[in-house]
Amino acid sequence: MDVFEILLTAGFWAATLRIATPLIFGTLGELVCERAGVLNLGIEGIMTMGAMCGWMWVYMGGDLVSGVLFAAFVGALFGLLHSIFAVYLGLSQHVAGIGITMLASSLSYFVFRMLLPNATTPPKIEAFQNVAIPILSDLPFFGPALFNQTPMTYAAFVSVIVVWYVLYRTPLGLAVRMVGENPLAAEAQGINVLAVRSGAVIFGSALMSVGGAFLTMSAFDAFFFGMINGRGWICVALVIFSSWNPGKALFGALLFAGIDAWQVRVQQLPGVNIPYQFFLMAPYVLSILAMVVVSRKALYPKALLVPFRRGERT
Amino acid sequence: MKQILNLSGVTKRFGDLIANDAISLTLGEGEVLALLGENGAGKTTLMNILFGHYMADEGYVEVFGKRLPPGQPEAALEAGVGMVHQHFSLADNLSVLENVTLGTEPLWSWRQDVKSAREKLAVLSRDFGLVVDPDARVVDLSVGERQRVEILKALYREAKILILDEPTAVLTPQESDKLFDTLRSLIDKGMSIIFISHKLHEILRVSDRIAVLRRGKVVAETDTANADRASLAEAMVGRTVHDPKGRPMSPGDTVFELADVSITSNQEIGALSNVNLALRKHEILGLAGVSGNGQQALAALISGQAKPDEGSMTLFGETLNNPTPAGMVHAGIGRIPEDRNSVGVIGEMTVRENMISECRRDHPQSHFGLFNAAAISKKSDQLIEKYDIRCQGAEEETRLLSGGNVQKLILARVLDANPAIILANQPVRGLDVGAIAYVHGKLLEARERGAGILLISEDLDELLALSDRIVVIYHGRLSKPMDTANVTARDIGLIMSGQTEAA
Amino acid sequence: MRLEPRQSIPMWMVLSAPIMAIVTALAVCAGLVMWAGEPVLEAYWLLIKGAVGTRFALTETLTRATPMILTGLAAAVAFRAKLWNIGGEGQFYVGALMATWLGSGMVVMPPWLMIPFLLVTGALAGGVLLLIPAILKNKLKVDEVVTTLLLNFIVLLFVNFLLEGPLKDPMSMGWPQSASIIDEGVLPGIVSKSRLHMGFFVAIGAAVIAWAIMRFTVWGYEIRAVGFNAAAAAFSGIGVNRTIVLTALLSGGLAGIAGVGEVAGTKGYLTLDLSPGFGYAGIAVAMLAALHPLAVIASAVFLAGIYVGADSMSRAINVPTYIADVIVATCVLAVLVSLMLTRFRVRLK
Repeated sequence: MDVFEILLTAGFWAATLRIATPLIFGTLGELVCERAGVLNLGIEGIMTMGAMCGWMWVYMGGDLVSGVLFAAFVGALFGLLHSIFAVYLGLSQHVAGIGITMLASSLSYFVFRMLLPNATTPPKIEAFQNVAIPILSDLPFFGPALFNQTPMTYAAFVSVIVVWYVLYRTPLGLAVRMVGENPLAAEAQGINVLAVRSGAVIFGSALMSVGGAFLTMSAFDAFFFGMINGRGWICVALVIFSSWNPGKALFGALLFAGIDAWQVRVQQLPGVNIPYQFFLMAPYVLSILAMVVVSRKALYPKALLVPFRRGERT
Repeated sequence: MKQILNLSGVTKRFGDLIANDAISLTLGEGEVLALLGENGAGKTTLMNILFGHYMADEGYVEVFGKRLPPGQPEAALEAGVGMVHQHFSLADNLSVLENVTLGTEPLWSWRQDVKSAREKLAVLSRDFGLVVDPDARVVDLSVGERQRVEILKALYREAKILILDEPTAVLTPQESDKLFDTLRSLIDKGMSIIFISHKLHEILRVSDRIAVLRRGKVVAETDTANADRASLAEAMVGRTVHDPKGRPMSPGDTVFELADVSITSNQEIGALSNVNLALRKHEILGLAGVSGNGQQALAALISGQAKPDEGSMTLFGETLNNPTPAGMVHAGIGRIPEDRNSVGVIGEMTVRENMISECRRDHPQSHFGLFNAAAISKKSDQLIEKYDIRCQGAEEETRLLSGGNVQKLILARVLDANPAIILANQPVRGLDVGAIAYVHGKLLEARERGAGILLISEDLDELLALSDRIVVIYHGRLSKPMDTANVTARDIGLIMSGQTEAA
Repeated sequence: MRLEPRQSIPMWMVLSAPIMAIVTALAVCAGLVMWAGEPVLEAYWLLIKGAVGTRFALTETLTRATPMILTGLAAAVAFRAKLWNIGGEGQFYVGALMATWLGSGMVVMPPWLMIPFLLVTGALAGGVLLLIPAILKNKLKVDEVVTTLLLNFIVLLFVNFLLEGPLKDPMSMGWPQSASIIDEGVLPGIVSKSRLHMGFFVAIGAAVIAWAIMRFTVWGYEIRAVGFNAAAAAFSGIGVNRTIVLTALLSGGLAGIAGVGEVAGTKGYLTLDLSPGFGYAGIAVAMLAALHPLAVIASAVFLAGIYVGADSMSRAINVPTYIADVIVATCVLAVLVSLMLTRFRVRLK
């Protein structure tokens, strides 16, 4: 098999969808926050927390679906914390976000250690199993490639549609976009800017957390330190790459995941002598390249990073 | 006449400053009430309280007999109050339709009724003669069109009371006329209007009643029919302030020249086309034009922030090949920027630090990169005194200074370097009458000493009063310079809107 | 609830802000200790003892503080210019790499030359690394938060590759670590029977120099101006891009020196776990010090004490060492709020 024939195997495409799932959730979540004008650098920590909470729920006897909801809930709580700092108090969104990442990560490790003081190998849970979509999964090639995934992966695709619809076809989505472009104008139309912004941050954080939960509840079946491994930051890069557009975000996540899935397989081809660390670098290098390509012309939401303080003299 | 709006005892403080002091006003049905006052009198603050952007410290607002809960624009909107803000409250990257329909449907509904929104907007456009393309992005609209969108926003929400905050500040005389016609037809259809301005002649023309605000208090109220221009002007300012006039001088040599300059590449600052401009000693050249016609590009050129794509810039006969802000300063170009607070000074730095921002690398302020604190203190203390900058000492953060004092700081910084050329970009925007007179006085002094000044302003009266000659900019092109004595505001207005070619 | 800007900020308020933040953080984390089922006061007492209670504890705290002062300075200087350098970790490692590459036998000089040589080359490596995101920001408007973060991962993988390959110590019995720094390059110890080494003085010196730069030089003025308002700074003739490049070299350089110090002073050779997150901790150090270079020293010693103390505490009672990270993270958030309270008055209306 050569380097390009990999692209023709069903396994490659199935892996792409799997790898893309947390990226889709994370990127959508960050996209919603930034559309409302708030940079959420807590994403890496929130994804870690989501991973730990989802795993913990199942480990302690809960079922998978409520575990996902629990992870979403905890993510929303951290989103609330970030919105208190960044939206209501108008503090530096960079520092607040980094602080939240530090807090969420360290708290999840702390709690994990509390539950398992002596474990050296992380205990596994019964994770989501693949669910084959009837009829579609019997298609040649496309069946096993695309339609035999875990429920969370299907949920990711549904989320893209939902976020797109809400953002562009509902009054709430218009309000979210407006507070990210010109909060004063939104206030002049009767919108409660602070409430809409924090709502967006809370919802976005819940999505991020679900993305983290996928890793423990669908991909790895266990929680271990450093498992998010920079995916959160990659999502931040992907948001810029996607021009804050849910459809492009999906495309970006798939493109990215595809390159990652491809790189894993290329490593194992006979005759490939490049040290594995360089393959592992690929996602990060790619993210930087993606940002380089789009940043100069990027149309940021105009009010991104600008805190809105009510009653300030204009 | 039925009283439909009642402001009672409204007081608002910002720290030590009392912006509104126990203001009581009423508005009758179908009438146009003008709020007259100089910049800083408290007019916009009062309207922001009425509309709900700010909350009053004391007092209340009643609309159609019902008290408005403070700080809630949605309550004002529901009661029938609409506001056309001075700096339009529109999102550039969204469409006209999106801007207008925002907040008009409940946030929890799952669909937007785009079709009926379009229809409603089209009907309003037709009925009031406010034509705009609903799918155009606001960033692509002209200033006049944006104002139409602001008015449509209010009409779409069935406003019965319309507040217009300095609406003609950015319009040509002809566009202002059109606006007044629109207001007339709104009144005929049952609207009541509050019209804020500091321009006496407009207010006398368009209003039924006038309330004069000064330093946060209502100092005079009168029916327009009985109003007397002179006493209104005095009520507005509280004392007679003479805006200085320059004595006639014959212009000297050309010091600065733009020859056939074009800028095409930079979308952010706008475009210039074959611009020829000469600044001469002892002369103030006024630049008139509706905002967005290339003033920004011109200012950026002279400030050293942009390079011409074609053509040349010369100073004292030498071509400026690689202009930078620092280079322009050292070449002898003084720049008073348009936005004094976000570009002219750094608010978080002290008065002292802002004073030396342009000469920080020169002797005696620093040697080999190390500051000479004593020399800096001496210079800044001298300048604070000379220019009467009111502040709590040179170590105060600049953000705490009033607009007038910030402008004095900038003037001190610029004029102390004795520049040969001065770019004065909207130098008195937002300043009270006293500060305006001071700035004008200093510019005229500089002119006496030999500086050549380019005065960019949206206030035609200011341009006509101060400039020796006037040029008009339209779509990036300059008209020929005209002697101020030989033109009227109407003439200039026609060129500003492109309706006549300049002679 | 509304926030009203204060007219003037009394000095006592500025000084008390970090203290209030620390007290808040400790109070919040007391909850975690209680959840762990341990008595709060005893736990904190063990923490204090573990940090400064014995001669050895104190030297351990100062040893741990050494790289944290430097990464704290790196963050403080960069943040002043609003250059969000989150890449301290990567800059640390390239500094350590440089010292390892040059200092484990390739170059031999007498100590008084060798040590400065290693420090300078390590600083250069760190500075050049940060230059990449800085130039991308200047020329292509690429947001530096993400690029500096991603570079951390890339650098770590690169170090991993080198330690398993070209730089691997043949005598390490299969364990991925580098050869040791030669004697001439080792930073001498300054307190007997402890790990505290000369790097501590280097760190203090760097803090004083950074403070002097920010306070007395035009460069420091320009850094602050660019950080406050880049548009106004550009208008007044400050070369914003140039300032960012110089700031990047300084900031990255400081983090690089931290790496040299750990390799040539504390450990003696390069391993993959040389840094338990010094780069990230530097951000907490800088925030707690309100970006003031001299305060960074105190802040770094304090946070180092938290880590060392928590290590010791977790060996005695049943509280996971991660509590140190939680305390530090809470400190960052708390100081953000308390610094805001010095600038704004809260009005409940």
